[in-house]
Amino acid sequence: MSNHYVETRTQAELEALFRQDLKTGVGRPIKHESGDKHTTGEAIYIDDRLEFPNQLHVYARMSDRAHARIISIDTSPCYAFDGVAIAITSKDVPGELDIGPVVAGDPLLADGLVEYYGQPVIAVAADSLETARKAAMAAIIEYEDLEPILDVEEALEKEFYVLDPHQHKRGDAEAALAKAPNRIQGKLHIGGQEHFYLETQISSVMPTEDGGMLVFTSSQNPTEVQKLVASVLGVPMHKIVIDMRRMGGGFGGKETQAAGPACLCAVIARLTGRPTKMRLPRMEDMLVTGKRHPFFARYDIGFDDAGRLHGVKIDLAGNCGYSPDLSGSIVDRAMFHSDNAYYLGDALITGYRCKTHTASNTAYRGFGGPQGMMAIEEIMDHIARTLGKDPLEVRKLNYYGKDERNVTHYYQTVEHNLMQEMTEELEGSCEYARRRAEVIEFNRNSPVLKKGLALTPVKFGISFTATFLNQAGALIHVYTDGSIHLNHGGTEMGQGLNTKVQQVVAEVFQVETDRIQITATNTDKVPNTSPTAASSGADLNGKAAFNAAMTIKQRLVEFAARHFNVTEEDVEFHNGQVRVRDQYMAFEALIELAYFNQVSLSCAGFYRTPKIFYDREKAAGRPFYYYAFGLACCEVLVDTLTGEYKFLRTDILHDVGASLNPAVDIGQVEGAFVQGMGWLTTEELVWNDKGRLMTSGPASYKIPAVADMPIDFRVKLVENRKNPEDTVFHSKAVGEPPFMLGIGAWCAIKDAVASLGDYRIQPQIDAPATPERVLKGAQQIRATLKQTSA
Amino acid sequence: MIQFLLNEELRTEQHLDPNMTVLNYLRTVVHKTGTKEGCASGDCGACTVVVGELEDGQLRYRTLNSCLTFVSALHGKQLIAVDDLKQGDQLHSVQQALADCHGSQCGFCTPGFVMSLFALQKNSSGYDKEETLEALAGNLCRCTGYRPIMDAAVQVCDNRVPDQFDAAEAQTITRLKSIAPGSVAELSDGNKRCVIPLTIGELAEAYSATPDAHLLAGGTDLALEVTQFHRELPVMIYVGHVKEMQRIEEFDDRIEIGSAASLTDCYDALAREFPDFGELLHRFASLQIRNQGTLGGNIGNASPIGDSPPLLIALNASIVLRKGDQTRTLPLEDFFLDYKKTDRQPSEFIEKVIVPRAGKYQFRAYKISKRLDDDISAVCAAINLHIDGGIVKDARIAFGGMAAIPKRASACEQVLIGADWNEAAIESACAALAQDFTPLTDFRASKEYRMSTAQNLLRKYFLELQSPTTETRVTAYV
Repeated sequence: MSNHYVETRTQAELEALFRQDLKTGVGRPIKHESGDKHTTGEAIYIDDRLEFPNQLHVYARMSDRAHARIISIDTSPCYAFDGVAIAITSKDVPGELDIGPVVAGDPLLADGLVEYYGQPVIAVAADSLETARKAAMAAIIEYEDLEPILDVEEALEKEFYVLDPHQHKRGDAEAALAKAPNRIQGKLHIGGQEHFYLETQISSVMPTEDGGMLVFTSSQNPTEVQKLVASVLGVPMHKIVIDMRRMGGGFGGKETQAAGPACLCAVIARLTGRPTKMRLPRMEDMLVTGKRHPFFARYDIGFDDAGRLHGVKIDLAGNCGYSPDLSGSIVDRAMFHSDNAYYLGDALITGYRCKTHTASNTAYRGFGGPQGMMAIEEIMDHIARTLGKDPLEVRKLNYYGKDERNVTHYYQTVEHNLMQEMTEELEGSCEYARRRAEVIEFNRNSPVLKKGLALTPVKFGISFTATFLNQAGALIHVYTDGSIHLNHGGTEMGQGLNTKVQQVVAEVFQVETDRIQITATNTDKVPNTSPTAASSGADLNGKAAFNAAMTIKQRLVEFAARHFNVTEEDVEFHNGQVRVRDQYMAFEALIELAYFNQVSLSCAGFYRTPKIFYDREKAAGRPFYYYAFGLACCEVLVDTLTGEYKFLRTDILHDVGASLNPAVDIGQVEGAFVQGMGWLTTEELVWNDKGRLMTSGPASYKIPAVADMPIDFRVKLVENRKNPEDTVFHSKAVGEPPFMLGIGAWCAIKDAVASLGDYRIQPQIDAPATPERVLKGAQQIRATLKQTSA
Repeated sequence: MIQFLLNEELRTEQHLDPNMTVLNYLRTVVHKTGTKEGCASGDCGACTVVVGELEDGQLRYRTLNSCLTFVSALHGKQLIAVDDLKQGDQLHSVQQALADCHGSQCGFCTPGFVMSLFALQKNSSGYDKEETLEALAGNLCRCTGYRPIMDAAVQVCDNRVPDQFDAAEAQTITRLKSIAPGSVAELSDGNKRCVIPLTIGELAEAYSATPDAHLLAGGTDLALEVTQFHRELPVMIYVGHVKEMQRIEEFDDRIEIGSAASLTDCYDALAREFPDFGELLHRFASLQIRNQGTLGGNIGNASPIGDSPPLLIALNASIVLRKGDQTRTLPLEDFFLDYKKTDRQPSEFIEKVIVPRAGKYQFRAYKISKRLDDDISAVCAAINLHIDGGIVKDARIAFGGMAAIPKRASACEQVLIGADWNEAAIESACAALAQDFTPLTDFRASKEYRMSTAQNLLRKYFLELQSPTTETRVTAYV
């Protein structure tokens, strides 16, 4: 071999290198593997791929009724437009029509019945998107309107569900409430949330031979897209290959909702034999796809004079939209998090999965957890206002104990609980007590502007609650030149998963990440993957890649020991070099040697999460491998004449175990906080009485902009607290937990408004706390004061 | 035919659909796919590009939303897209800073941020937080929470290093001069065309010849017809090269603003005279939009929620309308007749806006929206009173978002005029507002909120005048 590896360095030089540390291994704040390419525009998203000369573009005509029978569809007018290849209805789908992810309920195209405004009814493919759109709008669709149900309270009242209610139960909540020294009730509407990934849903499909399809999709769940594409085509999964390099944001919105465009493209590609692409314009994306579930919560709670809960009854009614989608697990997770960080006492938590004639609500960062937490955080504030205490005092009093009061209402013991020590740390570093006094003083002297302060905790359970999903695979090839090809089942949506997994593999092999090429997630490299969801990406795929890398490394160690006639302990990898007893060689030299000695340098890795189990019948078990903890202290300034507000300062302390990459983790914490804050402040979804979403674009739906970030924003990761569980390098998941830190922003607004009533009246401020709702809360307090003084 | 520089390459386009946006031109005609479509409505900034043009012989770089800009607007200018910044293997300093600061996660918004930061760097003399927030308010990022992007901005502004655009500046100026429009130009494709006049006379003539034409100024509203409502605009007349209509002239008693002057260009003159007008302009859409959008367009499209008309009405502004070589002057408040209906006659266009100086009046403006930046007002209030010796001598109060047109609160004004300036007068004025307006409920706000807020803004105005040291605005905090 002419390009045989030749070592030019001396033993002393190699040893010196060996003694240095990796610059890009685990724990280093290296930048996103695509960071440079993002900034230059060279990172390729699906819409950037070069199109084929015979490329088709798909537009799906949406229902403009919330609930109606389809009397007739005439697609013949579609063909009057030059460039139209095909117009299809549900009848044209060759295989299974339903693309429901867990249970049926989501027809790819409406079949005789439309159940929301925005539901795809027909799809037209043409040589341009504009032509496809025009043609689709020319079809004649006749409907017979049916009565829609659009309101979650009405659905609850009528027991109109997509799935049956479910309960978590401990002790006798009713009796505890009856005996408690204080008892209050309340209710709260919690708004949904549009994902607003910057890249809208998109898929591009190429027919291949043998009736197969190569599918490019912007999906968090390639395996599910593979399964559903196979299913709508009526072919086995092995005919379908999914390629997923990166998403322009996902946030849960591409866990199930990405499948529709991919399946429509595949059907059209099958029927026409042409490469087919579907990219949803922003408005269509917002009308067609589901969002975070709006919830309606009501509670009845008992507590003592100190503010400690004795018992709770909480009803959590998720507005699921028209079909089940993932609502079973989402409402479950809301129930699992209705305790947040608190010991509830005797508890009866009931989850309802209400059906409304709106888009089917779906996964969104936190997956129901945030909505569950909102209820209990409202309760904490309500107790504090009732007793005239600082809400933080009430929160701390109700925290789970370390050795007692440490079992959840679903019977999992809260182990390794960091909440108390973290609260102490943040309370000190953010100077809560001093600032509380200053806020009170400011409010006394400021007639219009009022400041609010809130310190709220997050305890979030990590693992898919559908236990079987807690598995992952990875594939590693080491090539003869020592370069490494890495593939895993997770998907990159910006969260830095590829970067972290790269670091894990770098750490195992002790090489820098630039030697490791991470490649598009691909179902023919790693099969049967779980969605990249539930914050599990790095935990699962990092561990699978770790296992694959360790297997290859162990082969290398065994080989080297055999080859050089030393013990395995004599073989050590460090910083790109390998020590064999007292001799040093480059990593690539060993690789080449291993190859010549017929050592396998490729390996698939697998991982399944240990310890977890859950019996849904009994509503008991250990659904979560561990908990992640976090705290935010938010200070806000509210204009009590207009309801406008500005966040002055946020301090966050968040637990990621031993961070795989502090820069990536801080990015997740900050981004999640701001997204959570947006959910509870300016991001308002409004439907009209016909069930049409009126806030269907960024002109009307307002996600946080740069100036909405707190003026003073301090984020810190908990130091020196490795995850006690055997996770990948003892790190913790980070995708979702910090999202719920945003609840602090909402509580701070309520605190500012509560100052109007000397902190003794709970303002009813549903989420999102738009300026309008804030003003309403202020008016409510002023009216209450007027009544009592009259 | 139009001519422009695509970075350094001279492009001459003869037959191109004038309804084509710069974004689609970049992505589908020249296959530069770095620039992304996030919304096609000018609200997310993912498609931000930078346009260089000559201003008094100097090269001036400004951002704009390529999704809302028609290619005809590039005539005689330089277009710089994200793909043009990297040289060989070397990232531009803006790209390097953003990557090093972990300013990208999913990366889809990143090209837009790069271009906003690039323009900021070109126009900045060192990091300034307010200036940076303004530069980035029109770029949405869903992943980062913005902190790392702000960190990058500090580097970008404070450690500016000369780049290829600086090196080529003299040459670029020469080349732009050589393609400066010298006569009426036209871009056409089949039955669609866009005419580009250079003088007001040529404009008037063209518009008289084609009364059905759409006047294209910034296009930030007009382009939505194409990108959002899927209509075709067969004939457009682009007014961006009519110099007379971009002039801003300050006189002793008034400010005259050409209707095609961009909102960015209006800022200095208006903010100096009326600080609250400046504050409103800061929050008026985004910098990309203000760089393109014009005062004339904001008036001409007669939206009930346009932000400048209530302010201009309260300031007693008038407009000069021209048709052919005939002009007439009209108080702005008389221009708006009904929802999206104005007194403008066929082939008539707004030539300029005349704003009287503040004089003895105390002007305040308030914009109420869900999000503080780049959001459409639920209520926009402009209150302009002349108070002398504790008596209200005159009152001009106008609101946006409260009726089908931007409208004066006449009953409210009548209650105040002649009244003693006190809390009782304000309370009567608040009550009178209910006679002036019957606001609607929509997704931005309920009618109840609109009315209570409008009333509270009168109270706030009173408080601000009575007690100037009392803090009343959350926007004062940055």
